[in-house]
Amino acid sequence: MKTSILMKGAALGALLASTAAIMPASAQDTIYFSNNAYRTGPFSGSGIPIGDGMRDYISMINERDGGVNGVKIIYEECETGYDTKKSIECYEQVKSKTIVYSPWSTGATLAAIPRAHVDKLPILSMAYGLSASADGTNFPWVFIPPLTYWDGASVMVKHMAAELGGMDKLKGKKLGLIHLDAPFGKEPIPVLENLAKKYGFELKLYPVAAADMQNQGSLWLSIRRDRPDFLYNQGWGAMNPTAVKEAIKNNFPINKLVGVWWAGGDDDARAGGAEAKGYRSLNFNAAGQNFPVIQDILKHVVEKGKSTTPKEKVGENLYNRGVYNSMLVVEAIRTAQKLTGKKVITPEDMRRGLESLNVDEARLKEIGMAGFASPVKITCADHSGHHKAYVAEWDGTKWTQKGDWIEPMKDEVRPLIEANAKDYVEKAGNWPKRTEPCEKSS
Amino acid sequence: MLYREAGQYKSTYAADMAVFPLREDRIGIAVILGIALVAVPFLGSDFFIASVMIPFLIFSLAAIGLNILTGYTGLISLGTAAFMGVGAYACYKLTTFFPNVNIIVLILVSGLFSAGIGVLFGLPSLRIKGFYLAVATLAAQFFLQWAFVRVPWLFNYNASGAIEVPQRTLFDIPVTGASATPETRYFVCLGLVVVLTWFASNLVHGKLGRSWMAVRDMDIAAELMGIKLLNAKLGAFAVSSYFAGVAGAMMIFLWYGGGEAADVFSIRLSFNILFMVIIGGLGSLIGSFFGAAFLSVLPTALKFGLPALGVPLTGATAEHVTFMLVGALIIFFLIVEPHGLARLWQIGKQKLRTWPFPY
Repeated sequence: MKTSILMKGAALGALLASTAAIMPASAQDTIYFSNNAYRTGPFSGSGIPIGDGMRDYISMINERDGGVNGVKIIYEECETGYDTKKSIECYEQVKSKTIVYSPWSTGATLAAIPRAHVDKLPILSMAYGLSASADGTNFPWVFIPPLTYWDGASVMVKHMAAELGGMDKLKGKKLGLIHLDAPFGKEPIPVLENLAKKYGFELKLYPVAAADMQNQGSLWLSIRRDRPDFLYNQGWGAMNPTAVKEAIKNNFPINKLVGVWWAGGDDDARAGGAEAKGYRSLNFNAAGQNFPVIQDILKHVVEKGKSTTPKEKVGENLYNRGVYNSMLVVEAIRTAQKLTGKKVITPEDMRRGLESLNVDEARLKEIGMAGFASPVKITCADHSGHHKAYVAEWDGTKWTQKGDWIEPMKDEVRPLIEANAKDYVEKAGNWPKRTEPCEKSS
Repeated sequence: MLYREAGQYKSTYAADMAVFPLREDRIGIAVILGIALVAVPFLGSDFFIASVMIPFLIFSLAAIGLNILTGYTGLISLGTAAFMGVGAYACYKLTTFFPNVNIIVLILVSGLFSAGIGVLFGLPSLRIKGFYLAVATLAAQFFLQWAFVRVPWLFNYNASGAIEVPQRTLFDIPVTGASATPETRYFVCLGLVVVLTWFASNLVHGKLGRSWMAVRDMDIAAELMGIKLLNAKLGAFAVSSYFAGVAGAMMIFLWYGGGEAADVFSIRLSFNILFMVIIGGLGSLIGSFFGAAFLSVLPTALKFGLPALGVPLTGATAEHVTFMLVGALIIFFLIVEPHGLARLWQIGKQKLRTWPFPY
């Protein structure tokens, strides 16, 4: 008992000291960026490559360019284990220091959204989180580029139509949605329901309880019975490799199974072995090492031994997605520096930078990302941009692009976003009205 | 020398029966309350209050709830998190229906819904005991968690499927919602926990508590002595679930501030609270606080405290070290004292009484 009191006392004293200790570190000509990582826990399989990608891109910017316009970025990770409780701790810990909060889980984003509007800390939830937060008028502090789950669902329907040979061919077809039985998994349902009505296809739901992620046997029995023409997998973690394996076991044509972008890990597909060839997943970043930006990371970070990633893992899909997320952060810092004329920016400036973020083709080329991602533009009202995604196909060893980049059905998604944002704000009661002015450029 | 009853004469039955018969104990409680009321909110940083103290108070309350059931009545439950969830969802529905009623009243009332559900799932306890009962309460955990996801009415048909905590005030000061300061939320938590602990203390020292303990020690003997098992066991389930429900409502409204509640009230939380009760000490209220401190405060303090002390630990490494240290400490304490931290505390006090002349 005494030991525990002593330890607690020591640790708590240290906590108080910590605030003082860290302050001077971020004083001059550095920008502090804390990222929620999950290198432990049941989702670490995805968390490790994502975290490595994020860290390596920032290290590369620091090593190659000496930071963003000469300002080094201090990158730190706060470990969450993909647990909402720990994510909230991380938020409380970093809110006074970091220039942007990077929650890396839908639960963490939902819990942070109300706080961030009071603490005036921008949230960058890249293609996850609350879809309604794409409404910049009601959620000035939340950013969800390059697209939302609702956009993803509409891309899936377009992809299905393209495979069948036209939107009119959708009539009478069956789309099955395998989804995690949690808020994240149920996200695409409203959009898919609307589109099913509009185009006359049938939507079948196959929920997977979080406890049964690796036990989908009975679910696939119903899939065999229903014989859907396509399957869309809104899954996460151990659920994805299991779905791929089950599809193979049940002789479901693997190229008719399309995962959301979070179901596109290399390990998700690899689990199916040779027969997983043809498994598809939506994507908004390219995989592979054949980009100048990845080469620079290899040269300046990995080969110098400053990364925890083995060389052959660089360029995997989720690694590159981490790189993409860090690119958004760095470009937003750059934009904020340009807007304010300051070198060391504050979270308020960062919000302005994110809101005026405009990474066009030319800029992508400059930063060595031509063909790596589609251009991203965020405006004052539209905090997502609803950008293009493409369908990636697993060729047995790596992800390749299948077909063109597909524009989401913005006219379907946007009204839903605005209606939901209004609903959220009304229910919250006393939601702060947007006072931040829009930039002239956006 | 400093801590002994010599010279403290009791002249009434009430004084003899007091929960804290020693003057030193009463002073100790007053000091602890003073620290909690004054020192913590005025000296602690926002992070300390919001991420250490508030979770500690809420887990303590949940652990007291489970301790009433498992420690005092001897009924093992693995459904604590689900009963907490019932409280949270009940509070959310209540504040939707009655937006003008004070949120603290609603938090207290939402525990009643949890108590009702708890009694329902406690019915099997009349026929089964031990591990079999644990399995029956596991059913509550799975069923209720399923319902939290599948019944959209519970989360007001929100597209995100999450509980969105609205702003509610007490004397015009925001208590819930994002504008509520950590200090305000802390004071509300502290008030609720102190009042409910006092209530629990009176219950376990009273007739009901004695009947629970009789049932725990041997239920057939208790029955022969005239204790109605039905009342005692279901009463324990009701009170325990009430505490859990209030803790759950506090968790979402005063700590998390909204979010994916179904995910929060998972079996992991149930186990965590069971471990708090076991490590803290079965059948002890102060043990519930020790257990909560051990499993909630210690990991946070290690994870953020060690790096702050200058130990070069970041991110995942800090997490791994925390896991290892907490795991080792659990084993250490359970070897040193299998009856939990509360028993160690008691031994410590006993030794203090005879100190410095233990002969």
